[in-house]
Amino acid sequence: MKLAGWGNFPSVDCRVISAAGQDALRASVMAEPSLIARGNGRSYGDAALNPKATLLTRRHDHIIAFDPVSGLLTAESGLLLADLLDIFIPRGWFPPVTPGTKFVTLGGMVAADVHGKNHHGAGSFSNHIESLDVIQADGRVVTCSRSQHADLFAATCGGMGLTGLISSVSFRMKPIRTAWIRQQTIRCANLTDAMAQIEATQHWTYSVAWIDCLSGGADAGRCLLYLGEHAEPDELDARHAAAPLAWPRRRLVRVPAYFPEWVLNGYSLQAFNAVYYRTARPGSALVDWQSYFYPLDALLDWNRIYGRGGFTQYQCVLPKAASAAGLQQLLHVVAQAGMGAFLAVLKQFGDHPGGDMSFPMAGYTLAMDFPRQARSLALMNELDAIVADHGGRLYLAKDARMQAAMLHRGYAGLERFQAFRQRSSAANRFTSHLAERLEL
Amino acid sequence: MTDSKSRLLILGANSDMAQATARIFAAHGHPLMLAGRDLARLESLATDLRLRHAATVSVHRFDILDTASHAGFVAALPVLPDIALCMVGLLGQQRESERDSAQASLVLRSNFEGPALMLGVLANAFAARGSGTLIGISSVAGDRGRAANYVYGSAKAGFTAFLSGLRNRLARQGVQVITVKPGFVRTRMTEGMQTPGFLTADPEDVGRAVYQAWSRQRDVIYVGPLWRLVMVAINALPEAVFKKLSI
Repeated sequence: MKLAGWGNFPSVDCRVISAAGQDALRASVMAEPSLIARGNGRSYGDAALNPKATLLTRRHDHIIAFDPVSGLLTAESGLLLADLLDIFIPRGWFPPVTPGTKFVTLGGMVAADVHGKNHHGAGSFSNHIESLDVIQADGRVVTCSRSQHADLFAATCGGMGLTGLISSVSFRMKPIRTAWIRQQTIRCANLTDAMAQIEATQHWTYSVAWIDCLSGGADAGRCLLYLGEHAEPDELDARHAAAPLAWPRRRLVRVPAYFPEWVLNGYSLQAFNAVYYRTARPGSALVDWQSYFYPLDALLDWNRIYGRGGFTQYQCVLPKAASAAGLQQLLHVVAQAGMGAFLAVLKQFGDHPGGDMSFPMAGYTLAMDFPRQARSLALMNELDAIVADHGGRLYLAKDARMQAAMLHRGYAGLERFQAFRQRSSAANRFTSHLAERLEL
Repeated sequence: MTDSKSRLLILGANSDMAQATARIFAAHGHPLMLAGRDLARLESLATDLRLRHAATVSVHRFDILDTASHAGFVAALPVLPDIALCMVGLLGQQRESERDSAQASLVLRSNFEGPALMLGVLANAFAARGSGTLIGISSVAGDRGRAANYVYGSAKAGFTAFLSGLRNRLARQGVQVITVKPGFVRTRMTEGMQTPGFLTADPEDVGRAVYQAWSRQRDVIYVGPLWRLVMVAINALPEAVFKKLSI
């Protein structure tokens, strides 16, 4: 059947199989000479596509163990983050790291080594993993960690499912006392201001900036910086303090159909960005965890807004020393092209090394959505050159279009990763559209 | 608290729909009895339900095809459940069923003979007690036979008729019988099938529908309101027209 990532491109005819339970997963690995795991299909590009066999793991989702003293959780890799949040927030536990959507599986979080708004302090998801059970190409189930089969662990965290089938994940949840976030909003006039504010507010647990990438000149990089901290019970009003770990249930809205392509254009987006920037209220507010971490999850199937042609999210990271100059150039080129999108996000990464192919590095990451058109593809090629020249790289979980050479320039751990895949025979069995495109 | 809630027995508890249904009943505080062939996977599900919902769960080895064992299975249960839900099903390959009568027989026995006989045994026990709910998962495929899956569909048609008769028989004996007819559901059973998105449910939708049907004491439900309309339309087609269609 036709499968695609969240960006709706590429769409590939894949043979789909599914399995639940470690024995069934093992049997699938042994039976399929070429396969890739697919969790909830939220990577944007072609990471979870294999025409020969795409193995759905969503129903492989049992919670195996939880220690309410240490917060150590062990679960099967198909467990949805949304389920985890529903179950554990009422008990006062929160995941140590979360991406911008809760509709991902634990296996996907490992494979992409996801980061969140707390990367500057907490690092990526792999920094919190105690161990993984991985089914290798020869059918062995290997438990790996930083101290045990460390090479498998380093290759698997961020390894896009290309080292073996991740069967289960053990990681530490963190205690929270309320379901609420104290949010501080700061308006920043331009990129220099934004970077200064981000540096000055590093003691906040969560920090992310929404950036208007359509404004140019002196306003280039103007943004709203959202800082967040888990609220304590005494910060809540009486009504919420009575049940500090409860939250208001929202009605979810589904985008009913693909938008026609002309709806999103330079003018409509510029207007949206300008209104968004001006109507935001700087200052402090209490918001529930859903609004703070997953604002877009309230709009189901939001990827349809970009039309049937799909879209690409361009997410790059630049090393810290090169960030100011590099970001300035990137924003300039994007504003000139007049092609920016709703969602440009700027965030600082801390120095927390992950796996061989993990995306984050100490520096700044910028993410922008572009509808898929010849013009935006040309623009992204231009951006690639700037990113590569500044020693940066692109996020594999978002990518659907970069060339192998770009990947090779940006990822220093690539040789180690490839050597491991050869050594463990993973290279032949575990492969994907992305792996072939990028010659992984 | 939990013990005042109705106890639910799920037959074929390892299926995707069964797991989703188990989670919904567990979230509402119902004690659960999980029955199926793969005991190790059932134990894993039981642990999951305890960790998610602090549920009271037991697991029981059960094979729907071993019809001789049905009466003994029910007699050996530590306690007779209040609700029994049969989620056993086998889609099979239609083409294979056409060629190979052993395969067709397996599909017929898994979807009709086994479930009907087992619910028959439970019906007698529930009738003797004078209370209980029997829930059978049938299918829209049983509403009209189609070339694409009529072996499976005819077994489901038989099961639908069996449930209807059982409901009629037990209506005055305090036992409720519910027929649940899902349309397309995204499960391991339908992996790789390209189905229309707006007519395709998730296992969780089936679970919610089963819970609602039970709490509202319904007789026959479709999962997804559109399916009732779709089936009315399909059933209204004259046979002379229907037989030439490929739907």
